[in-house]
Amino acid sequence: MSDSTEEVRSYTLRLELVDEPGELLRALEPISNNGGNLLSIFHERGNVTPRGHIPVEVDLEATPERFEGIVDAVREAGINVIQAGAERYSETLTVVLSGHLINTDLSDTLSRVQGTTNATVTDLSLSAPEGTEDASSARIRLATEQGAAEDVMATVREVAAEKDLRVIEPLAAGGDL
Amino acid sequence: MRLAVLGAGAVGSSVVELAADYGHTVTAYADSQSAAVDADGLDAEAVLDRKATDGIVGDDGPADALDAAYDVLVEATPTTLGDAQPGFGHVEAALERDRHVVLANKGPVAERYADVRALERESAGAVLFEATVGGAMPVLSTIDDFDPEHINAVRGVLNGTANFILSRMGAEGLGYEHVLAEAQDLGVAEADPTFDVDGTDAALKGVIVANVLAGDDEEYTLEDAEVEGIQDIEGSALELAAEDGRTVRLIAEVAGGSIRVGPRLVPENAPLAPTGTRNIVQLETEHAGRLNISGRGAGGPETASAVLADVGRLPEL
Repeated sequence: MSDSTEEVRSYTLRLELVDEPGELLRALEPISNNGGNLLSIFHERGNVTPRGHIPVEVDLEATPERFEGIVDAVREAGINVIQAGAERYSETLTVVLSGHLINTDLSDTLSRVQGTTNATVTDLSLSAPEGTEDASSARIRLATEQGAAEDVMATVREVAAEKDLRVIEPLAAGGDL
Repeated sequence: MRLAVLGAGAVGSSVVELAADYGHTVTAYADSQSAAVDADGLDAEAVLDRKATDGIVGDDGPADALDAAYDVLVEATPTTLGDAQPGFGHVEAALERDRHVVLANKGPVAERYADVRALERESAGAVLFEATVGGAMPVLSTIDDFDPEHINAVRGVLNGTANFILSRMGAEGLGYEHVLAEAQDLGVAEADPTFDVDGTDAALKGVIVANVLAGDDEEYTLEDAEVEGIQDIEGSALELAAEDGRTVRLIAEVAGGSIRVGPRLVPENAPLAPTGTRNIVQLETEHAGRLNISGRGAGGPETASAVLADVGRLPEL
């Protein structure tokens, strides 16, 4: 039931890491050790802070209780936590795209969806039974901000139409009907 | 009630066959070329036999059936788009005579809903059309019971042929063309399955639901529906969906004044992912959550059951 505190939710952690080898791993270990499920890691190497730190954005899933423990553990490991607990990505959308995905530059397709909306690709699965020259399909899971699913879908439709790809949309954001 | 049955296909012939079982009398029966009329009631077995052996139902003309003595005109001729003729003309003739009309033909209420309602307002007769949406399933009568104003959205799998094809593709990992040919061999798909696989049939049902939900505020036709079929679905798309615990179904969705039909991802064990030719409709009600109605969405006796249920709802004239 959705009122339960045991329900897994999506969280975004913004960290700042010292630019040294092994720092990223040191920041991530407390997350998995405390029951967090890593969804994506955005490591902004090209975006160094004035103090020379590297910003990292980590999307993860955890129950609310475990998330508190995770944040404490990350801080105890001496990692600088800039922002925690803001549920930036709280809805997931799964779509299947079919067509000439490879020839139309799949990574460009994904970048455009991520670049123009508040969504991040958290999972990608590709099936190209006839090789890369022919029609293939991809299943893409996107994490979006609360209430942004419809905007994200509109962008997906637009990019797909332009590249002559077919979109199979979920029935509803989250798809749990 | 005395019934005049127009249309001698699977639905019309089943109505003739089953009418007596529901306490009704068939006084006229017509196909596009011929008719049998008897004010005292036709011998159902005899007219059905004659249609099967001679290809005609009787020695009268179809116009004689429209002029016969009846309380309810059952319109079960094939669905036509645009002006919805000749079905619409049959509805008009019966209402002008102050008779009731029960439709299995989707054309008049999908393409000319406002015209049908206007004729009904001028007539002592009423028009019911449960059989046009979801075969045997009591979809429209349930919407009517709940009151359309208390229903926020309707979604459903409303085409058994498309659903059969998608469920076989998903279960067996076979391609669209292969499964379609198989469905035709089994008699699940017609020789020309275009309306089933391109989404038109499901869209017509969605349009009818949208008209009922809107009452007299707004009229919808097939042109207002956003329709996508299943002909281009790749087998690989179903495989990828299955890896993630989902499948693909052709879903008709009516919400907020829009009608949309297309292949959608649904959890594979969700109510909206029936297998084979089974249909399902979900009503999102304002005060009572979600209501599911599932069953056989096509077939002669199934659809005739909905027609005869409508006949039972009509008041005496």
